[in-house]
Parts: sequence; C-alpha cells; structure tokens
Amino acid sequence: MSDPARFIDIQKVTKRFGSVTAVDAVDLQIARGEFFSLLGASGCGKTTLLRMLAGFESPTEGEILIDGQPMAAVAAHRRPTNMVFQSYAIFPHLNVGQNIAYGLRKERLPKLELKKRVDEALEMIKLSGYASRRADQLSGGQRQRVALARALIRRPKVLLLDEPLGALDKKLREEMQLELRQLQESLGITFVFVTHDQEEALTMSDRIAVMSAGNVLQVDDPHSLYERPSCAQVAAFIGSMNFLKGKVRGRENGHAVVEAEGLGTIRAEAVAGEFGEGAPILLAIRPEKLAITDSAERAPLDNYVGAIEGKIAAASYLGDRSHYYVTLPGVQRPLAVAAQNVDRETEGWLQSGAPVWLSWQPKGPILLPAE
Amino acid sequence: MSTIARQGRGFRAGYAFLYLAFLYIPVLFLPLFSFNSGIYVAFPIQGWTLKWYGTLLVNDRLHEALGNSLEVAVAAALISTTLAIFAAKAFTRYRYRGQRLSLGVVMLPMVMPDIIVGVSLLILLNQVGIGLGLHSVIIGHTMICLPFAVAVLMSRMEGFDRNLEEASLDLGEGPVATFFRVTLPLILPGVVASLLLTFTISFDEFIIAFFLSATDTTLPVFIWSQLRFPQRLPTVLALGACILVFSACLVVFSEWFRRRGQVSAGPGVWS
Ligand SMILES: Nc1ncnc2c1ncn2[C@@H]1O[C@H](COP(=O)(O)OP(=O)(O)OP(=O)(O)O)[C@@H](O)[C@H]1O
Ligand SMILES: [Mg+2]
Repeated sequence: MSDPARFIDIQKVTKRFGSVTAVDAVDLQIARGEFFSLLGASGCGKTTLLRMLAGFESPTEGEILIDGQPMAAVAAHRRPTNMVFQSYAIFPHLNVGQNIAYGLRKERLPKLELKKRVDEALEMIKLSGYASRRADQLSGGQRQRVALARALIRRPKVLLLDEPLGALDKKLREEMQLELRQLQESLGITFVFVTHDQEEALTMSDRIAVMSAGNVLQVDDPHSLYERPSCAQVAAFIGSMNFLKGKVRGRENGHAVVEAEGLGTIRAEAVAGEFGEGAPILLAIRPEKLAITDSAERAPLDNYVGAIEGKIAAASYLGDRSHYYVTLPGVQRPLAVAAQNVDRETEGWLQSGAPVWLSWQPKGPILLPAE
Repeated sequence: MSTIARQGRGFRAGYAFLYLAFLYIPVLFLPLFSFNSGIYVAFPIQGWTLKWYGTLLVNDRLHEALGNSLEVAVAAALISTTLAIFAAKAFTRYRYRGQRLSLGVVMLPMVMPDIIVGVSLLILLNQVGIGLGLHSVIIGHTMICLPFAVAVLMSRMEGFDRNLEEASLDLGEGPVATFFRVTLPLILPGVVASLLLTFTISFDEFIIAFFLSATDTTLPVFIWSQLRFPQRLPTVLALGACILVFSACLVVFSEWFRRRGQVSAGPGVWS
C-alpha cells in the first residue's frame, strides 16, 4: 500500500521531442480518489504529460509511480490506467457493445456475464439499448460517453481524460461536467483531467495544476487558485485580473503597504510570499472586487476603501451584470470592473464617458511579484 | 458565350478525343481481330468467328502456362502484400533515423527498369545456387510488386487515427492483438486492393518472367513464344483479349473496393 496522497507520483519528469521541451521537470503528486485537472493554454504539455501516465510516451528524465509502482518498465497495455481520448477513438469497425466490451477479452468472462457488464455500462452512460448501434451512428456526446464506458468497464485505478468535453456544445458540456463529477465521486476512481477551459477546471476539480510552457506554475484547489494565485501568469489565466505597477512601502497589521500607480498608497495582502521594502511588485485586483458608483457622495460604500475618480471608457450591459472599463488618471490600461445589477433602476446604465468612483474592500487587492 | 471560349472548348474536346483514341484504339484491335476468321491481322476482316476461343480450351501448354502464372501471381501478391503491411506500418507509425532513406529504397523498384531486375536476379540466383524456375519468378515479382503494395497500404494507414491503436493498447491488448483486432480490420480494404493490384502486375509481367522462368513458362512468356508461328497468332489474340478483360475487371474491382472501404469507414475514421 502506497501513501494515498502520492497515489500518482510524478518525479521531476521531463519530456523532450528533439529540441522541443514539451514537459520540463514537472513534480506532481496526485492523491487517491482525487479529481485532478491539468489546466493550461494550447501547447503547454498537458497531453504529453497525460500520455506519459498512460505509457504512450516515456519520460526523457524523471520517474512516474502509480500506487507505489514505478511505471518505467510497464508497457501501456499493462498499466492500471485507462484513457478517454480527445478524439474519443471509438473503433469504427465495431458496434457500441463491442467497443465497450473491447477491454474485457482477457478476463474471459462467460457470455452472459459479459453481456451483463456491458449492459450495466450502457446504463451508467444512459445509452441502454444502443449496444448494436454502429459507431458512426452516434452523436458527439454519445461517442464521448461510449469512450468513457469503454475505459471505466476495466475498473482502472486511474482514469485519464484528454479534453473529453472539448468537442461538445456548451449546454451538453455543462451537463457532462456535472455527470462526470458525480460519476467520479460514486466510483472513487482517481481522475486526471486535461482541459484548457479554466471554468471547467474550477467547477469540476478537487485540485488543479496550472501549466505553462511545460512547467507547472501552481497546484491548488480552485478557491486558492483564484483568490491566492502565486504569480501574475496564473492570476491572468484564471478569470481576469487588473494589474497595477507599484512598490512596497512597508507593513501594517499583517498587510503590506504599497504605492500603486493610480491608486496611491494602499494596503494589500501578499499572497505569494513577502517582499522587502522598495521592491517592485504588481498590485492585482479582480474586476468583481471593485465597486463602482456614479456619485462621490455614495462612495466609498460601507466597509470599502478608496473612492478614486475615473471615467468610463467602455461599458457592456449583460443583464445580470455589467462590465466596464474605467480609466484612472496616471494608469495606462483601463481597469476592468464587473458590477452585479442588483437595483433595477439605478444600476447597469452607466455610459461611456461618465465620471465614476471606484472603491474596494480592504482584502480585495493582492500583491504579486513583478515579472 | 464568346467565340474564343467556344473555340477553346471545341479544341479541348478534340484533344481529349485524340488522347483517348491514342490510348485505347490499339488495345481494341486485339479483341477485334480475335473474332476475325482469317489468320492475318489485316483489314478487311474476312468473317466473324469464335473458333480461336475454341482453340484456347484445348491447348495443354497454354493451360500449363496459365497455371504457372496463377501460381506465381498468387504467391507474389500474398508475399508482397504481407511484407508491405509491415513496411507501411513502420513508415507511418514510427519515426526513426534513416526513415526517408529506407522508404526510398523500398520504393525504388517502381522506377527501376524490369530488365535490370531480371538480368541481375538471373545472375544472382544462379550464383547462389537457387537456380531458375517459378520460385525465382516469384522472388522477382515480389520485388517489383512491393512498392505498389506499400503505396496502397501507406495511404490506407495514414488515413486512420493512430489513437485507435493506442486506445487498443490502453484497453489492455498487446501490440500483436492490437494489430489483429484494430489495425488489420481497418486496413482490410487496402489489403484487398493491394492483393488485387499486385496480382495483376505479376500476372501481366513478361521481362522478369522471361529471364527467370527457365522451362516453366508463364502466360506472357508463352504468348511471346507463340508469336513466331503466324498461324497461331489468332489464338494469341483471343487469349490476349481474355487477359485484357480479366485484368481490367481486377483493377476496377480493386479500386472500387479501396474507395468503398474509405467511405464506409468514413466518419469513424476521419473525425
Ligand atoms: N510527438 C511529438 N513530436 C514532436 N513534438 C511534439 C510531439 N508531441 C508534442 N509535441 C510538442 O510538445 C509541446 C506540447 O504538446 P502537447 O500536445 O502536450 O500540448 P497540449 O498542452 O496538450 O496542447 P493542446 O491544448 O493544444 O492539446 C508542443 O509544442 C508540441 O508541438
Ligand atoms: Mg492536448
């Protein structure tokens, strides 16, 4: 029995294709039964890392252990992992039932038992009665489910999913996100889920590794990733973020005091380590953590600080909320502000060019290292 | 429509007609004169007859040559297609040093003059003591068929998602089982097309068979040997007409099968 917190243990794994380093000295530990996501932009090495777990690629350097077993000498077809491919890879010459039963040949089940297992799997993916359908008679969502059932019927220790929802339309994707998460919880299998969709990663995962150019930038639960990003790159990749250049001026009650362009001297939380006085930093604040008012009297709101005057550069009304870009004197890029339209009469109608006042809760802004 | 465009179209139609005529009229002389009752291949046609086709049925040496040709063609088709499956897999599924070079080496016989292949094999096989006969012809024909088989199978293998083979490995099947359960069924149309194509190539081949067959003549060699006797020419024409029809059917069928395979495997394979 291995340490459950290190069920999958990726140790300093590097993968090079010729001169391209696809995965660069990645260290990751994934716990048993965890829903773990690899999140990153296109080409950052997510698929390559997943393929090394599956055994289709071998690391140039480093080692991978699954359930305490080193995987280096274990071929793909002997690994306790199964994969749902981005293209689904449904066998076109087999029908749905044969596809799902494909991985059971070696178990040499009696015919009846085999049929029972396949029927159960079909029921799980809500495709009962589809066993004799041809693969090319399935919709995208159905193919995705068949790929899932085909992998899960082998009862793997680890299920690897490479952007399994990428090809589905938005509504179906949201449905499947929920279903996948429920399935994972009921089966208790470890899922390693690749996606480039940050919202998908946030809604589904226990923990997320944010990758960029072959490196893991941060590994955390969704909440910490969003509220306490470790660097500007992560902060910008997950949700949106306003960045202001600044300098550390000192400390006060456990907060850093910084001088930031446009905002003057304010307090902010240093979420990614401490900085010495005078150090150049980035002050980061998310659009929804800025409050916007249209008159100086009403700003700052209760419990809010600031009230800096600015001008609306652009406004878009989205019904439930509005997005504004506000220019502040002395700040190059306009700040993004997201406001909930709570009041039917007074909110949501701010126009371009209108003078506005921005304020924020003291805990809103955070400090990140300057690039 | 302008006059120039109309003239251009007339010119293109005329050109196309001449082109087709040049290609096919000589070929059509063969069946035409095979129904001529006179023994000289010259106009005017003296009268219509099926007797030359009758003589085909009773010629023992011809039957023996036909048997030899079938034996050689079947063997060459099977061997070259089997070898080509492995070669095509190596060329499409793996990346290794010297890949382009090895592909070039395999495809080279396609452009190498048959006479060179024939003469070199003649010398080589005699030197190493294998000797001449049908087995040598099979060796020679396998050589010249291989590039065609590789070309057909490579296009087939490149056409399908390599994730399918990986999915099979992932589902617990080793490389051998994966080949038989996934790769082979998916390239089957290509395999059949390759078998038919290489069979036709071998069946029609003359030069290599002429050098290597010794006393076991194949059909084309037999036909050549008959040309010395003018009175036997009409029989040869009848035989040629039969081979022509048979070969054409085979090639058309092979192409039809190859395309049908691509369509039926369509969505699953390409998406
Ligand atoms: N077989 C290969 N040969 C050469 N380079 C490769 C190979 N596979 C991947 N790469 C390179 O490695 C890098 C990472 O690729 P990878 O497919 O892992 O990215 P990804 O994060 O999955 O991207 P996407 O979101 O587009 O799928 C890319 O620069 C890619 O070009
Ligand atoms: Mg990928």
